[in-house]
Amino acid sequence: MTTNDNARRISALIQQHQAEIGADWIANLESMSFRSDSASQEQLRRHCRQFLVLLPDATLTGGFDSIEGRAWDEVRDQLTEISGQRAKQGSTPSETATFVFSLKQSLFTSLRQTLAGEPELLAEALWNVSTLLDKLGLFTIEVFQKSRDQIIVRQQQELLELSTPVVKLWTDILALPLIGTLDSARTQVVMESLLEKIVETGAAIAIIDITGVPTVDTLVAQHLMKTIAAARLMGADCIISGIRPQIAQTIVHLGVNLDDVVTKATLADAFIVALARVGSTISRKA
Amino acid sequence: MNGASSADPVRFASPLLEASRLVRASQTLPLHTDEHVVAVRRIVREHALELKLSLVEQTKLVTAASELARNTIKYGGGGMVVAQQLTDGVRNGLRLVFADDGPGIADIAQALRDGFTSGGGLGLGLGGAKRLVDEFDIDSRSGEGTAVAIVKWKK
Amino acid sequence: MDRIPILRIGDLLLVTIQVDMHDRLAMTLQDDLTERIVKDQAKGVLIDISALDLVDSFIGRMISNTAAMARVLDAQTVLVGMQPAVAITLVELGLTLPGVKTALNVEKGMLLLGKSYQ
Repeated sequence: MTTNDNARRISALIQQHQAEIGADWIANLESMSFRSDSASQEQLRRHCRQFLVLLPDATLTGGFDSIEGRAWDEVRDQLTEISGQRAKQGSTPSETATFVFSLKQSLFTSLRQTLAGEPELLAEALWNVSTLLDKLGLFTIEVFQKSRDQIIVRQQQELLELSTPVVKLWTDILALPLIGTLDSARTQVVMESLLEKIVETGAAIAIIDITGVPTVDTLVAQHLMKTIAAARLMGADCIISGIRPQIAQTIVHLGVNLDDVVTKATLADAFIVALARVGSTISRKA
Repeated sequence: MNGASSADPVRFASPLLEASRLVRASQTLPLHTDEHVVAVRRIVREHALELKLSLVEQTKLVTAASELARNTIKYGGGGMVVAQQLTDGVRNGLRLVFADDGPGIADIAQALRDGFTSGGGLGLGLGGAKRLVDEFDIDSRSGEGTAVAIVKWKK
Repeated sequence: MDRIPILRIGDLLLVTIQVDMHDRLAMTLQDDLTERIVKDQAKGVLIDISALDLVDSFIGRMISNTAAMARVLDAQTVLVGMQPAVAITLVELGLTLPGVKTALNVEKGMLLLGKSYQ
């Protein structure tokens, strides 16, 4: 029997015995579940029903090979929604994946009953269903991961706005990539933090990168100069990188003297200069 | 430690020394010797800590106090400093008034321009001290005396 | 009168300032250092101020002067361990200590001195 026939057969089977399979599945889940309030039970039943409704058509049209195709779109969407709802209520990704995997048992029972007389077909059917549900279960984990990543990225953005990201690039070399508009108060905090980090790490050079700073006003420029002077008094040198044309103009207009400050176009260039100063070089393996 | 334990009264009657409704507590310290300068630094540091100023703000305040205390001794012939704890209902602060009966500063504007020359000249450095604090007031009259008041608020 | 001890390490002089110095003590230190540079034929002077939470214009000038005199006597001076709050305050005061080399700590200071008189 071809896989297509197989798919057709299983699809029909699921459709036919939907109620029983569903009941069995729900019973299994409820026995495993820690959540026992009626609201979550009702939601669980709903999820199971919705999934089982979509499964036969998708199996029929899309087959078992891949769940990426158009035929499986609806099922994937459904799973994404289920996954999202469960995550909101505190389900772990494993719990949501188990939601899918536990359908195996119910489907196997049903398959064994209806295909009792056809062992080879039964074996193939069991295998197909197993791998299909594996893929669907793993899919829910990926979905969970992606939404978590999005949250993390957003939180990182927020943190960047607030915190002072001083990075240790190398032994003795620190980098302070400034991002966003700087106001006087924030600049002061950031600069003080840089000086503290210099002491903490014993860095000899600090690269202040202002690629991500759209404008610089008098106060900020002054703070910058004062920080460089303070770092020098402490025994560390600063390099400014990422000065864009507009900022260069502002600095000149303000009459800020950058004569004894090394400036480089990019952080990378500054890094190379810093490396040379601390006595290291990067070489490519032949 | 030599010198009187109570401050010699300074005759220079500056309005800067008048009582203000913002003052909660007041302390007067003598300024005649090197050791007095060290004592003032210590006491101002204590006040700064009480005010919960950040380390940088503390350092700026104590340094300003040290500069002005030295000026009082070197150029004013000695005098006193009054340390006042301030509160305006919303924030707390510290006010220091350095007073002496010395010759006075002839050209205040000049004194406020930076007095630290690289040649090691002995400028008054008032401009520098001014940058370290939130409020700065100076009252000086030739032949009568000088009073300098500085305030640092806890923001 | 108390004095600040000066340690000799080879042809190097090390001074660790740990007390809140009054002006007279600072002047005495400056004199002592100058004397010792000649007496010990020192090539380098390391001034460690990592324990100081305050450096005002007087101490600042003392350090500048010491460095200047040392140079005349053919010795290099390195100032090490300035705390961030002190550095920020000195910059605000307008004191830049020209002619004084700086390093983060004694170890780096010695490396710096080693390089300069080779």
